[in-house]
Amino acid sequence: MASRVKDERAPELQGFREVQRLAYACAEAVAARLKPGVTEREAARMQREWLRERGVRDWFHLPFAWFGDRTAFAGFKVPLQFFPTDRRLEPGMPFILDMAPVYKGFTADIGYSGCLGLNPLHDRLLADLEAHRGLILSEVRERRPLREIYEDVERLMIRQGYANRHRAYPFGVIAHKVDRVAERRWSPHVFGFGTQSLKGLLSDAVHGHRDGWSPLWSPYRFSDHPPQPGLWAVEPHLGFRGTGAKFEEILVVTDSRDPEQSAFWLDDDLPHVRRWAEERVAA
Amino acid sequence: MSLRDLPGARERRVATGGIELCVVELGDAARPTIVLVHGYPDSKEVWTQVARQLAEQWHVVLYDVRGHGRSTAPVPLRGGFTLEKLTDDFLAVADAVSPDRPVHVVGHDWGSVQAWEFATVSRTEGRIASFTSVSGPSLDHFGHWIKQRMARPTPRRVGQLLGQGAKSWYVYMLHTPVLPELAWRGPLGKRWPRILERLEKVPPGDYPTPSLPEDAAHGAWLYRDNVRSRLRRPRADAFAHVPVQLITPTGDIFLSEQLYDGLDAWVPQLTRRSLPAKHWVPRTRPDQLASWIGEFAAANEAAEQGGVPVRDAAPKGAYADRFGGQLVLVTGAAAGIGRATAFAFAEAGARVVAVDRDAEGAGRTAELARLIGAPAAWAETVDVSDEQAMEKLAEKVAAEYGIVDVLVNNAGIGVSGSFLETSAEEWRRVLDVNLWGVIHGCRLFGKQMADRGQGGHIVNTASAAAYQPSRALPAYSTSKAAVLMLSECLRAELAEKSIGVSAICPGIVNTNITATTRFAGADAAEEQRLRKRTSKLYGMRNYPPEKVADAILRAVVRNQAVVPVTPESHAARFLSRLSPGALRAVARLKPPL
Repeated sequence: MASRVKDERAPELQGFREVQRLAYACAEAVAARLKPGVTEREAARMQREWLRERGVRDWFHLPFAWFGDRTAFAGFKVPLQFFPTDRRLEPGMPFILDMAPVYKGFTADIGYSGCLGLNPLHDRLLADLEAHRGLILSEVRERRPLREIYEDVERLMIRQGYANRHRAYPFGVIAHKVDRVAERRWSPHVFGFGTQSLKGLLSDAVHGHRDGWSPLWSPYRFSDHPPQPGLWAVEPHLGFRGTGAKFEEILVVTDSRDPEQSAFWLDDDLPHVRRWAEERVAA
Repeated sequence: MSLRDLPGARERRVATGGIELCVVELGDAARPTIVLVHGYPDSKEVWTQVARQLAEQWHVVLYDVRGHGRSTAPVPLRGGFTLEKLTDDFLAVADAVSPDRPVHVVGHDWGSVQAWEFATVSRTEGRIASFTSVSGPSLDHFGHWIKQRMARPTPRRVGQLLGQGAKSWYVYMLHTPVLPELAWRGPLGKRWPRILERLEKVPPGDYPTPSLPEDAAHGAWLYRDNVRSRLRRPRADAFAHVPVQLITPTGDIFLSEQLYDGLDAWVPQLTRRSLPAKHWVPRTRPDQLASWIGEFAAANEAAEQGGVPVRDAAPKGAYADRFGGQLVLVTGAAAGIGRATAFAFAEAGARVVAVDRDAEGAGRTAELARLIGAPAAWAETVDVSDEQAMEKLAEKVAAEYGIVDVLVNNAGIGVSGSFLETSAEEWRRVLDVNLWGVIHGCRLFGKQMADRGQGGHIVNTASAAAYQPSRALPAYSTSKAAVLMLSECLRAELAEKSIGVSAICPGIVNTNITATTRFAGADAAEEQRLRKRTSKLYGMRNYPPEKVADAILRAVVRNQAVVPVTPESHAARFLSRLSPGALRAVARLKPPL
């Protein structure tokens, strides 16, 4: 399906772009409604309801919301800690909204970082994420092994003074493949993950295992292969002493020989990208 | 230099309740006023150095408490020193020197006891902007403190009562009639300056003043008029109506720190500070005191003009009470343990100088330090092994940022490989950085600390390799063992200057030292492989540098001599004392690289 994509004009990318924009619109709408006292559970429910009202019926994973030092996954030991809690938002607190809706069979997986009111440290972290977006794209275009790119991103984070917090995700992944999902009338989810999407990921894992690649982009040996064509939801996550920030968006990798077309971000008109552009204009 | 000789000092007399108070003003009278109140047995001259520093920014006012110094004494003495009358005196002074603006009050010892009364009675509301308390509790709070402990005497509470009871021996003595007066006017008055010098390390000079015997004799009535009545019937409404900064000297032999345990219940806006010093901090730590007083007054002035309340703006990190506003210099601050240490100090509100060869990394550390709570942070690009560069750095830091309060000599490099394959050049390099870097730091900044004579602390990063021999790290271990012994010797020498020295022995910590380690006898490709391999092993051990930074702050607060950090470092330290033979056996093992 998506792996047949040759360049930016491929028609199915339009569907992915549409759902990614929808998800970011949801993140911005919910972020605008966050007030002191709102809990993570409430924020997650607000995302779910907003997207359901607009026709989302299935999920790659249900929406997450992290507030305060939970944005840096402080003290996370078991995966259950990712689920929304009753932590209340306070002025100056950073937050992250993370959701992966499936819409008309297309999947998005996005992460949106913000903070309630002023937080100069959080601004700094967000600004420093820009270098990672550039680094990942350029190294994918060079067809470097995913594991090495992972290590380079981690080195850049450490040089910037931060900790790599995507290591806390299952398998320590910085990215994972997403794909189209069959639309079913009944689409249950287990532990927050949609069964249809998990099925897709599992079948990729089985195929990949035979051919020497993995749909999970991790620091481990199974990611020691060049980027596999397809759609990758990339989520570098910085953490610094109780403050975390990430973005997550889809990177399209194709088997085109033209370097420009061999890998590109699905959409450049996203809140964090606009923000960096505005900062450059202001500076 | 005495108070009246200070530039711009104006003396005036304020009449109140049948006596006359001697008041001295310094600095521009148009500026906000800070009133300094002295303790017992003292006169306003105890504040000379603090007042001189504050006068650069503030309108500073000092007065002799009734019966002390050049103020007259009430007649009769009995009943003339009640807290009510002392409050009248304060209000008379405040009205004379700052009729239309509230004043910032600072009290030491009995000055603080009085000022607690000022800050908690309703008739002073609107006349006080803030209160800094140094070594003097409210008698009312003290009374409740005793009552609470008597009402439910758990073992800990009984211990606290007995502890403070023993520290208050002089209070009982002062309640005996006549004898204290005789002693002060006789031998005690004569020997007091020497006693202060020997026990309290108060630097000699023109303090105490010649009026000391009379001050001390009159001041006994401070105790006799107030202590029994207030401790027996403490006021129930002694809530502070102003922001309070509590400065607790941790080595005070007259007051235990536990006295202030429940203070938050009495003071809605409390900022705590602690200072490793003895009782007479206005004489022994004037710089730190002046800077905390000035900062607190300035923050409250800003809060008054619509800023954030001081308590909310205060740094929240661990030990913020101890390091707030202090100057901390960290070498090797561009990465790893040095960077984490700089951040930990920044979170505690310290001003940070980040020193490293890597300008970009040091700049980054300074920038992030400012974002997490450091009031100021600077990056300096210096190679610690370069003697002249270090000398220049020391001059620059002293001239532009001040005298360093905490020095962390952390910069270090790794060299691995057998002794027979380590070249002379490699030896020189590792000793230059790991040992000479520390020597330069201690020599230059330690000297500045010692010359200032107001204490400080030096932390040297040694290593578990300092006591764990190994065939893989002969050069590195040698350099670190030297750092450990240097720290121990320096600790012995600087103890009399109140400068603590700690050696930190981290162990295996996940930093980038492995990525730059020189492997003696290996060619470039082999060295690259070994670096990658050791980095991976250290990464698997995954002990974070932040934990080492926490250990460093704790070591400074507790003034620990040698601090192993990781479990393996503790184990090696333990074995090195219990069965060094076992360590020697471990040293023969070849590391799995």
